[in-house]
Amino acid sequence: MKLLHYTSLWFLVALFLILLVWAGSFYFIMLDEIYDSIDDGLENQKALIIQKAALDSAILGRADFDESNYQIRKIPADLAFSYRDTYRDTLMYMQVEEDYEPVRLLTTAFEHQGEYYELRVITSMVEEDDLIEDLLYSLLALFLGIIASMVILNNLLLKKIWQPFYQLLDRLRNFRLDDPKPFDATDSKIEEFRLLDTSLQKLLERNVQTFNEQKQFIENAAHELQTPLAISLNKLELMVNQPMDEEQLALAASVMDNLERLIRLNKSLLLLSRINNQQYAGEEEIALNAVVKKVLHDFSDQADYKNIHLILEEKGTIKAKMNPDLAHILVVNLLKNAIVHNRPEGEVHVIIEDQALAVFNTGKPEALDAKKIFERFYKQGSNGSSTGLGLAIVKAITDLYGFGISYRFDERHRFRVEFKP
Amino acid sequence: MKILIVEDEPDMRHSLVQSLEEEKYLIETASDYDSALEKIGVYDYDCILLDISLPDGNGLDLLRELKKQNKAEGVIIVSAKDSLDDKIKGLDLGADDYLPKPFHMAELHARVKAVFRRRKLDGHQSAQLGNVTLDLPSRTVTVAGTELVLNRKEYDILLYLLTNKDRLVQKTSLAEHVWGDYIDEADSFEFIYSQIKNLRKKLRDAQAEIEIQSIYGIGYKLHLP
Repeated sequence: MKLLHYTSLWFLVALFLILLVWAGSFYFIMLDEIYDSIDDGLENQKALIIQKAALDSAILGRADFDESNYQIRKIPADLAFSYRDTYRDTLMYMQVEEDYEPVRLLTTAFEHQGEYYELRVITSMVEEDDLIEDLLYSLLALFLGIIASMVILNNLLLKKIWQPFYQLLDRLRNFRLDDPKPFDATDSKIEEFRLLDTSLQKLLERNVQTFNEQKQFIENAAHELQTPLAISLNKLELMVNQPMDEEQLALAASVMDNLERLIRLNKSLLLLSRINNQQYAGEEEIALNAVVKKVLHDFSDQADYKNIHLILEEKGTIKAKMNPDLAHILVVNLLKNAIVHNRPEGEVHVIIEDQALAVFNTGKPEALDAKKIFERFYKQGSNGSSTGLGLAIVKAITDLYGFGISYRFDERHRFRVEFKP
Repeated sequence: MKILIVEDEPDMRHSLVQSLEEEKYLIETASDYDSALEKIGVYDYDCILLDISLPDGNGLDLLRELKKQNKAEGVIIVSAKDSLDDKIKGLDLGADDYLPKPFHMAELHARVKAVFRRRKLDGHQSAQLGNVTLDLPSRTVTVAGTELVLNRKEYDILLYLLTNKDRLVQKTSLAEHVWGDYIDEADSFEFIYSQIKNLRKKLRDAQAEIEIQSIYGIGYKLHLP
């Protein structure tokens, strides 16, 4: 839910409740005021009628309301003394409305020339249901009016006020640590936004710096390791060329295997960080079909040895603008993965479609973790000699050129790269 | 055959000297830019192993100097940086080869010999041991004058082992040399064994005097028993 909608919704709910309470109180206060006013009127009429009765005793015999709004009847004196002015609501048949309508009735008693009379005065009343209805409609209108104003205000005012915030969000969303674009400050009068902006800017700058240092660190570390690795390897080579017994040779072989593994790992790390640091410039139009064929041929001895069947199916052509070395490295690592993590008597099925390369291979009969498979040092199984960097290198290259890569398992493992021309 | 090694790391330098001296080359060394510059000004070398990251200067500048003096031929750049840029620059400046550290000694020997062959310093374009002779331009093998037919990989293996005769050649080094350096998963090296087995059988059938010896867990050694 968007911030604007969220605040609007809360406003509306709160307003609805406030208006409800407000409308209720308004209704009762209003009604009270109306009764007050009507009752005052009735009292006034009472005074007028009593005054009139003093002059014209004929009205004393008016036992029915008929066309006028009062009736008078004689009552015994003792009853008259018990009378107080009482106001009450009652219904009366109205000719005009052809219906019983609410009226306000004042019942009182007065004395005229020693006789006691009861006086009942009525006046027509506000129809409560009409009042409620009217009130409801006006409240509804008010409520709708407020919503409309709020929407308009939100759209105009709030949007304008929050604009720097949304700009900031937008720039954050498009921010990439490995390709930082200058993060310009938004021009806002609001202090909080300015503060948010500068804080974010500082944070991102620090992150970019750390990221770059990290990248550089990996590359420098890998570089610095090359010389001691070279020295160790060469000294060891000199050593194994001396006369040695079998036990010593076995030890040396083990050291050498591990040293070579270290060298491979270091080379792969260096390659990976070079790809990430975009040090492979020089893009050319590469015909991937030829690269795939060459690499398949290069791997044929290895595949033959493991009795792995290499099948190439050319359904289309792939052309991509990329560095030739990286094109080669990409294909090598994809195919190497398919061969190394295969089973004896297995199969590697390579399909070249138009602008897509799919590699199917037999292997472990279970799906790999598609999320982790392209991560550095992710190893399935316990292949000790695998560096766990091959697919990370593939991913780094596809990322560099914006190619798509996907993994799927359907009895066979399938890796598919979609190239951009 | 006179070789100059320009290398600032003493340990590295000593290993190179020790290994190359086995081939009875004449070795001289320089540990920095200035002494290297001095040496190339005075003497002529058949091959120069040049580390391009020197403490007091860039090896590429040394290469420029060599080119000016028309002596760039026979330079093998040895670099821990393994940078594409340096490789392209180096080869453009007339260097013969580019060998990134770390490398196997067997590979270095092969590269040095290739330089000598290209410069025709060997006098002949063949390699020979016992009754086995490899004619390099035509890539043919003869055993006691009779041709032995080998496939491309077998020939490459034989040439590499012969280039490094009497030296233990690691299987990794052999695999990288013959199959390219991306064949780098250790479990893949087992397949080299089958190739060696075939080669051995062919040599035995042709009654070659040379023998490929397996050294436990490490690699192979070609020698004349």
